[in-house]
Formats: sequence, structure tokens, C-alpha cells
Amino acid sequence: MNLMDIAEASLLAPYELDTSKLDKVFDHLVGPKTDLADLYFQSKRSEGWVLEDSIIKSGSYNINQGVGVRAVSGEKSGFAYSDEISMDALLASAKSASAISKAGQNGRVKSWERQSAFKPLYTPENPLDTLSEVEKIELLKLADTTARAASPYVEQVIANIVAVHETILVADHNGHLSADVRPLVRMSVTVIIEKDGKRESAGSGGGGRFGLNYFTEADRIKGYVDEAVRQALIKLEAVDAPMGEQVVVLGNGWPGVLLHEAVGHGLEGDFNRKGTSAFSGRIGEQVASKGVTVVDNGTMVDRRGSLTIDDEGVPTQCTTLIEDGVLKGYMQDKMNAGLMGGKSTGNGRRESYDSLPMPRMTNTYMLAGEHDPQEILSSVKNGLYAVNFGGGQVDITSGKFVFSASEAYLIEDGKVTKPVKGATLIGNGPDIMNRISMIGNDLELDGGIGVCGKAGQSVPVGVGQPTLRVDGLTVGGTAG
Amino acid sequence: MSIQTKKDELIALTEFVLAEAKKQGASSAEVGISRGDGLSVDVRMAEIDKLEYHRDQGIGLTVYFDQAQGAASSGDLSEAAIRDAVRAACNIARYTSEDDCLGLADPELMATQLPDLDLYHPWELSAEEAIETAISCENAARQHDSRITNSDGASISTYSGLNAYANSHGFAAVRASSSHSLSCSVIAKEADSDGMQRDHWYSSSRLAERLASAESVGRQAAKRTLERLGARKLSNREAPVMYIPELASGLLSHYKSAIGGGSLYRKASFLVDSLDTQVFPEFMHLHEQPFIPQGARSAAYDGEGVATKERDIVKDGVVQTYLMSSYSARKMGMQTTGHASGVHNLTVGSTGQNYQEMLALMDTGLLLTGLIGSGINGITGDYSRGATGFWVEGGVIQYPVEEITIAGNLKDIFSNIVAVGNDWDDRIATRTGSILVEKMMISGE
Repeated sequence: MNLMDIAEASLLAPYELDTSKLDKVFDHLVGPKTDLADLYFQSKRSEGWVLEDSIIKSGSYNINQGVGVRAVSGEKSGFAYSDEISMDALLASAKSASAISKAGQNGRVKSWERQSAFKPLYTPENPLDTLSEVEKIELLKLADTTARAASPYVEQVIANIVAVHETILVADHNGHLSADVRPLVRMSVTVIIEKDGKRESAGSGGGGRFGLNYFTEADRIKGYVDEAVRQALIKLEAVDAPMGEQVVVLGNGWPGVLLHEAVGHGLEGDFNRKGTSAFSGRIGEQVASKGVTVVDNGTMVDRRGSLTIDDEGVPTQCTTLIEDGVLKGYMQDKMNAGLMGGKSTGNGRRESYDSLPMPRMTNTYMLAGEHDPQEILSSVKNGLYAVNFGGGQVDITSGKFVFSASEAYLIEDGKVTKPVKGATLIGNGPDIMNRISMIGNDLELDGGIGVCGKAGQSVPVGVGQPTLRVDGLTVGGTAG
Repeated sequence: MSIQTKKDELIALTEFVLAEAKKQGASSAEVGISRGDGLSVDVRMAEIDKLEYHRDQGIGLTVYFDQAQGAASSGDLSEAAIRDAVRAACNIARYTSEDDCLGLADPELMATQLPDLDLYHPWELSAEEAIETAISCENAARQHDSRITNSDGASISTYSGLNAYANSHGFAAVRASSSHSLSCSVIAKEADSDGMQRDHWYSSSRLAERLASAESVGRQAAKRTLERLGARKLSNREAPVMYIPELASGLLSHYKSAIGGGSLYRKASFLVDSLDTQVFPEFMHLHEQPFIPQGARSAAYDGEGVATKERDIVKDGVVQTYLMSSYSARKMGMQTTGHASGVHNLTVGSTGQNYQEMLALMDTGLLLTGLIGSGINGITGDYSRGATGFWVEGGVIQYPVEEITIAGNLKDIFSNIVAVGNDWDDRIATRTGSILVEKMMISGE
């Protein structure tokens, strides 16, 4: 079965819905002033298991489905949703959502066209079924025994796996029907260690859009465990982080959360349409150092942030945001692209049927440069080498952003020396991008654990970057 | 449908769930069901931006087969869907391990008094009325000053609903509650500068009549945003920091996490074994009052049906209790404190100063009005966060500051508190005034 057949069989047929019924819904939803209208059907099943104290402590199974109904007129969106998929619920929602654009009886879709030309970026297979319950539990137990064997100081191991299977179907006012079936799995391992009366904790993990058998591959779990134990042990040795503006070398991979916060959000179409971003109106300007090229790429096979089509039915693409330091474009959904006279870049995403779509990132990363990472570190007389981060946050209007280093080291005379305690790094997005003075040749993407929050909606994303030297970023330590 | 009928309907559903769990072999079970609806309207530049109708429902249940558990949740409340959810939970319980600490809270702890806490005041707000109010809120902000050049809009929202909880001890209750809010966020820019600043203000209440007027919310948003203009960095320094009530509440939330059963039994807290020890100065009192009428966190029972009670959390600066659920309590060989769903209305004793007196007491230091990021290590208490605020000298605000961090260790921060103001912010569930900390490290340029 192709994706459309799967989606129709699970989201329309059981509720006695077909395109002629959807026609009637659009009759009530679309008026003369409607620029865009769509129905978003979603069915989601997820399952999670947690190990703690070396036992399988809990498990949960979640069922979530419904339909979101949207009508857009100019800058206005009308929206209603129902967790019941039925003709009655659709008509009631259409009535509410259309209040914004005064729908008339002229919304009939001319002809329905099933969009199926795009190539899926991941398997439609249900990841919940890729392993038996016993095998899922074995994964967690393996993480526990591996961690306890890795270091005598490991006191506690908390491991969890989550598998999600989601089917969506988007029907829009142009008569386009698009469908996607999306797997998503994630595993994380957290260890708490105690040594000489001091305690610390660290975690690691990964995942993507495939089955749980990804975690059964040789050394996969050992990799997560070793990384968590290594980080926790290093933290025990940490000295106070420095204060004030420092030269900061950022490691490759997950530290790409810098780009996500410093430029990513500021280049989302909605903020720029409203002129509220520090990057508004700056297309064509030099906004970053030469050599800096940043893309948002939703088309990477199996990646956590990837989507075959976005939540408006538009195939994702690789969008160049910054090229050689020059601002090239924004990430757009249909509505904001329409208002700004452009086309959607396939970045229209939503957490669920009960939330409106908006421009969101997929996998956002900086392309590699030419410097050897060692050369970058050696170039720094005194500074900070930050290789792992917790979360970040940005005020897109002032451009101020933070991200919290969870693993960082002093650089003294070009050499990486003592580990330092966790510290928040703060900067101004447009400034910092102009202070990138060296770009490594070691581009890497994160392991597949990123979650991005915006306006109360969470979506899975990817980040990445090569090793970078930033000439001046404020480090929130306590050592003067 | 009357509210009582709606409540009865939810109770009947919980009974169905518990019966179904029993039928499928569970030795005990518990279930929460929620249902609610609402309207939210966003306007921007005096036009409707979004009109959203909310209608939510959900069920979450846990089944126990002796000491092993399985859980399931669903958005579908039909009998067939509930049966499927129970089946899924029972299936999971076949694979989870026995854990002596699992299970329902002890039956004798169930709440028996369920006073009406007056939390339910639905608002018959029409879309037209909502749009009009939100536009007048935003207009008040935009017309306040010519330097307000752009807007993130104003929002108004209303939500009311029911939450039922029942377990196989025979405990069953439904809580009806409402919440309404009005907020505004605008952007300011000096004519001769590129830099923009944004700030916001909001009002929230369980009663629509208690919301601040649209005009006052708009004006306050504008005022706060204008105050941010011309913000600069500070050089590195050690200085006193005064947290405004909104952020003081956040600072105390780190204390709540640190004495939370979940962090303690894992020994993942900087306050392990802190019961009866001095964590704050002697003048600090934190008092929990679950029965405040219309209170933001009022509740007669927690997420396990356990009776809540009025109590001291901190007295004379000394830790009086941990915050435990039945699980974390059993893990520590203690008894649940009725905190399975957090603290129910915390009041922080004031040392008597108003806002101006607090500033005067600080004399020279940082008035903290914004925090960004999450740089807190719950195990060690290390604290490092992005900050915005105002530099104060001689008790008088000098200029706004930004792109700085404040850092320290929460243990020291708590013990270095020198005063708690009486400038309560009624919007915040934790009733606290500003908190003045004697010294913290401020990092800038």
C-alpha cells in the first residue's frame, strides 16, 4: 500500500468519510475571502518504557487522534478541532473556523488530486511492532548492566525508550490530498554517579525515524552509556567556570543548538512577516562572517527532524538560510509565504491536530569549513572549549540568546585543560554570527534527541555544526 | 447540560474504567479524566490574528497487578476506546517489574472532606467581544508612546473544564475549574537606533471580573517595553540581586524541586537529608494553604486522592517537610505528604518592606526582571542563567541592562536572602514579594 492508501484506510474509511464528504466540509469552510483552508487528520500511537533501580518501573501506551480544521484569510486564521473524527464534528469545526472569513456556499473543491510523487524519507513500518515487549525490556536492561559495569561509581541508571507511530492526511482547498506515515524512536540513558561523597548526573541518547531495532545494533547502547558515564565523571572534577567575555570554541554536532537559537528562530517566516525578528528585512545583507553557510534540511533520510511532507502537505526541502555570511532566505509555511509573496519551503509544522501550523525548523546546521579542529583549539590563547549543551532559548526581537554548557573545558595556551562547571553562555545572535572566525572541517549532526518548543508547541528537530571558534561570547561562570 | 450532570457523567466514566480494569484482572487501578472547552483570540495590529476554539478531553489510567504497573492514555472517551486503553495498560503490566513501593496511596489517607473551593466561573465570552477587548488592549499599548513601533499582539483566552480522579479504594471526585487571561506584547524602538526591545504584561484569574482592564494590561506592556530601551551590558562584578515577585516565585520553585520526593529518593538533589536543617535565614517562612477560595493552586486532594493540608513547608528558615507522593515516600520509608501534584498555594512571609524600600535596602545592585535559559544543576545546586533587569544605585534605577548572566549556588543563594518584600503580585500562584539576595556573580563584558 502507498502512504495515501494507508492514511485513507485509517483516517477516513473507518469514519465513513470520502472526498465527496470532504467537499461538503469545504463548502462550509471556504468563503470568497478565504486564501487557504485545510483539514488535518492525525492518528498517533506511542509507547514508552522506563527502567530505574535496575527494574522495569513503568510503561505506558498512548492513543491520540483527531482532526484540525483551519481557514485563513489574509493574516487571519480561524481554527477549531475535534478529537472525534466524524462528519458532524468536521461540520461543527468548519463552522467555527470559518467565522473568520465569512464563508459562503462557494467553497466546493473542483477536483481532488492525490499527491504521491514524493519519495518517502523513512519507512512507514510501525516502530512499536519492530521489537517484542521482551526485546524492548532487554534493551533497557542492557543499558543498566552496561552502565553499572562501566564504572564502580554508578549509583543509579534511568533508561527509557519511546516509540511513536503517526499517520497524517492533509486535505486542502485546492483539492490536494497528501499523506505521510511517520515513525519516531528515541532512547535515553541517564546515570547518577557518586565518588568521594560528590554526586553528579549526565545523560546521552539518540534516535530517528526508523524502528526500535536501531538500538539493537552492536555497541549502540554501549555508546550512549559510555558517553553518559564519561560526562558525569568529568563533571565531578569540574572547577568554577570563568566569567565575562571569552573566546569560545564550540564542539561539533549537538552544540549546533547555537545556530538553532542564534539564527534559526530569527529566520522563521512568521516573525519576519511581522517584522519582529532581529533579522527582519535583512535578506541580502551580510549577517554572518564570510564562510558561514547555514541550511535547514528536512530531506535527510531517517533523521529525527526530517519530514517527507510537512504538516501542510508540502514536500520538505533543503533551504539555504545563510550563504557565505549573506542572509538568503527564511523558513516558510504556506500562510506566511503567501503574505510575503513567496512559496512555502516545507517548514509548516504543528505539534498535533489541536494546534495551528507555523514555520518551524527541521534539521538546521552549518556546512563544514576547512580548519582542522585541533588547529582551531591551538589558535586560542585563553578561552573556553564547550562540547555539550543542555537547552537554549532566544528572544528573537532583541536577538539575545542563551545556551547552557553541560560539558566545557578551559583552554590555556592553546591546550584543553580543566573541565569547568555548567554555565550559561549568552550573546546576541546577529553579533555572534559575525564573530565566527574559524570553521572546522568536521561537520556532524546530533544523535537524534532534539526537541524544539515554540508558542507552546513541541516538535522533533535536528541540529549540527562543525567545530567553531567564536571571538567573544559571555560566559556565565563565577570565577573572576 | 448542567455542571452536575457533566460531573456525574465523568464519575460514571471513571466507574466504567475501574470496573473494566477489574474485569481484565487488575488488582487495583486509578484513573483521571478531563474535559473542557475554551476560546482564544489573538489580535495583532488591530486585526484578528487567530481565532481558536478548544475542546479537549482525555483519559489517563494506571492499572496494578499486585506490585507491577501499566499505564495508558487516550483522547477518546468512548467505551470501546476505554476498553482498548485498559487492555493496553494491562498488557504493559505483564512486562513491568514488581516494585514494592508502587500502588495506590494508602486508603486511610484519601480526602474525605471535599469543600467547594469556588474555582469554577466559566465565561460566556463571544468571539466578537473577545476580539474587541483584545484590540482595545493592544491599542492602549500601541498608542501609549510613539516609540512603540510594532506589536506581537494581544491575546485573550478563556477555558473551563472538569477533572475527575478515582481509584479502586472507592475514592472518586470531580474538580471544576476555570481560567481566563488577557495578555499583550509589544515592540519598542528608538528612532535613531536599530535595536528592538520586546516585553509583555498579562492578567489572569479564575473569574473574568477579576481580570485587569484591557487598557491597563496594554499600558503596562508598553511601559515595561519602553523601560527596556537603551539596555546595556554590565562589566563583571559581584553584587546584590533583587528578584521581582514573578522571578522570586521561580527561585523558590528550585527549592520545591530540591525537596521533591522524586529528586530525593534518587539522591539527585542538593538538599538530600535536609529535613530539620537550616536552609534559609531565620526570618524565612513558607506556608502552604490548599483551601484558598479561587486560589490558583487550590485543591482538597492531590493527584492520588490524598487529602491536602495546610502546613509549614519552611519555618524559621528550617526545612519542615519534603514534598512527596506515595511512591517517593515509600522509597524513603516515609509517608506521602499529599504532594503528588505539587504544592498547593505557597505563601512566603514578608520582612515588611514595600518595593521602594526593597530597592533602598539593596542600595546598589541588580533589579532582576527577566531570566532566560535553564542553567540549573539540580544535583549540585549550581545556578547560571541569562538575565535582564536594571542597574540600581542609591536605591534608584539607573539604566536597563541585558546580555548578562547571574550565577551562584542555590544553597548559598537561599542562605544569602536578606529580605522578602510585601509587593505581592496577585497573578502568581506563589504569594511572595520581591526577594533580595545579598550577593551573586554577574557576568557581562
